[in-house]
Amino acid sequence: MEQLFWALFTVVIGVFGCVLYFFLSNMILDRIYPAKGPNAGRNINRAARIRPWLFMFPALFLLTMYLLYPVVISVWLSFHGSDGDEFIGGGNYAWLLSDEKFAESMKNNMLWLIVVPAGSTFFGLIAAALTDRIKWGNFAKSLIFMPMAISFVGASVIWKFVYDYRAEGEAQIGLLNAIVTYFGGAPQAWITVPFWNSFFLMAILIWIQTGFAMVILSAALRGISEETIEAAILDGANPFQIFWKIKVPQIWGTIAVVWTTITILVLKVFDIVLAMTNGQWGSQVLANLMFDWMFRGLDIGRASTVALVIMLLVTPIMVWNIRNARREMV
Amino acid sequence: MDNIAGVKSRLTWAVNIAVLVLVLLWTIPTFGLLVSSFRDRDQISTSGWWTALSSSERNLTLRGASPSEAIETPDGWVIEGNLFDGPAEITAFGINANRPTEFTPGDTAERRGAFITVQQDGAYRIVSAEQPEGSRGTRIFVTSMEAPKFTLDNYRNVLFSEGIGKSFINTFTVTIPATIIPILVAAFAAYALAWMEFPGRALLIATVVGLLVVPLQMALIPLLRLHNEIGIGKDYLGIWLAHTGFGLPLAIYLLRNYIAGLPREIIESARVDGATDFEIFRKIVLPLSFPALASFAIFQFLWVWNDLLVATVFLGNNEDQLVMTGRLRELLGSRGGDWEILAASAFVSIAVPLLVFFGLQKYLVRGLLSGSVKGG
Repeated sequence: MEQLFWALFTVVIGVFGCVLYFFLSNMILDRIYPAKGPNAGRNINRAARIRPWLFMFPALFLLTMYLLYPVVISVWLSFHGSDGDEFIGGGNYAWLLSDEKFAESMKNNMLWLIVVPAGSTFFGLIAAALTDRIKWGNFAKSLIFMPMAISFVGASVIWKFVYDYRAEGEAQIGLLNAIVTYFGGAPQAWITVPFWNSFFLMAILIWIQTGFAMVILSAALRGISEETIEAAILDGANPFQIFWKIKVPQIWGTIAVVWTTITILVLKVFDIVLAMTNGQWGSQVLANLMFDWMFRGLDIGRASTVALVIMLLVTPIMVWNIRNARREMV
Repeated sequence: MDNIAGVKSRLTWAVNIAVLVLVLLWTIPTFGLLVSSFRDRDQISTSGWWTALSSSERNLTLRGASPSEAIETPDGWVIEGNLFDGPAEITAFGINANRPTEFTPGDTAERRGAFITVQQDGAYRIVSAEQPEGSRGTRIFVTSMEAPKFTLDNYRNVLFSEGIGKSFINTFTVTIPATIIPILVAAFAAYALAWMEFPGRALLIATVVGLLVVPLQMALIPLLRLHNEIGIGKDYLGIWLAHTGFGLPLAIYLLRNYIAGLPREIIESARVDGATDFEIFRKIVLPLSFPALASFAIFQFLWVWNDLLVATVFLGNNEDQLVMTGRLRELLGSRGGDWEILAASAFVSIAVPLLVFFGLQKYLVRGLLSGSVKGG
């Protein structure tokens, strides 16, 4: 309870601090360059040149401290040993190339990168197309969207229960094994089966992200001009043709955005693997490998190197996003 | 739209069924855990949650009363009692571990000169000719039908003795400042980037867009070292700052998009009237941007509440600092088989985000759309 009080106190201090900073800094600026008197014109210009930076200073400071500075330091650390002090040149990179777990993580990450964005976008597209045609569509949408609000760890608990395994002959309490045994199959400890277990973990992320894809694609579908659809109907196209040949090609741009957004998320996926398998049984991924080296391996040089690999994989998307944003602004 | 030409789609029923299947697929996993969180501990581990409403069969090994309680009667030495405390329904019993369902209720079994009768309600009577010896009662194997049991004990248990209650407060402690503070910082920056002219503006916007996707993993080690060096260490202040920093790119991006879309005339006319930028921001931009502020607040709230990585790195692992996701992860490791604990804990942790989600879905969707569709 005392903590909550501190939290609220911080909010008040933080908010007041911010307001006070903006208020005072603007006031001081207006004092130094008053917008009246003999030099009014020059003063206004000068103040206008400084003011934007006053507005942006706290944000710029935090962005620099919390996002730009770490990138530089990470690069520096990646050339240093386990405690970050001793320079070891390309040692960490050499280690990376020969490390089995890293190879496994890269392979798994590539699988995740293909399966999860594809799965989420596909199901999202189907859900968007179908729910827009029925009366209870909005209700259905909220339910499919719901997993977005659940934490990855919470989702892991939910799915671990679905995948739960009991020895053959006992009553299965996991839904998946219950279905398998109902149809005469043998129960499996799904998350311990190498290679395939990754897919069971991916299912969790697809389950979470489908709602996101659905919401955005649904809005895009509704934005399609009706004339094209009317024309297709008059030409005798059936609903499937209309969907796949008329609607989908018109929303490629949005599909690409959804795809890349989920791709970025996938590269950072960590909680699910940590909670479900902790990288055992051949299911390691980069983000969890990095966490492993940071907390269990206690080698910040190697951990930084793995983090840099994640950064490198994100970079093409970053460049693509920036180019799109710039094009839009022009 | 397919009805434009006047053709009633014959696919309507198929669509309805398809959506129903999708919705069920997407809700059943959560529903299963929700049901389980209200079930009795023993029932969770012996039968699937989908059987929660029907009686479940259980095999139990019980003991009669100790031989010292035998009473001498004309029939011989008798031990009587009930195997169950409450009401019960026995379908079979046995006296040998290899044949636990040998007898039906009401039958009499013989074991070493003792005659054992068990009734359907669990009442038993053991008659022997000689005074029984030993300290432990006779073992009796029973198969009983148990009525479905629902209980709030799991929740009581996790909230008050498993530390989830404390973690709940810790999570709030992290979340409130980490949600509110970035909004204000970002709003000022977004206004400057949207409505003020200065050299380098385009470059800054591009930088913010770029920073949107920087993986958190990059930032963890350098920042933890920095926090340790400047003396913040692993404490709430550190995680508030970290979440603020990590949330800023999205906040600035969302708010800038929204603020840049406000009608130019309003802002220009206020300028002509002599309002300073600070006044314009406070009196015009901030109130008009409420929907965007709300969208971001919801994003940030959900993100901070559900975060595990940042909390694990920037907070300690002690009772006063362990947040709910961290606690849940620990429980998964240490009590992986205790589904009643896991289920109830998971629902305590996802209850708040779900409430926010269903209550404020409108703003969430709006934020998603402005972030992705416009931004793409």
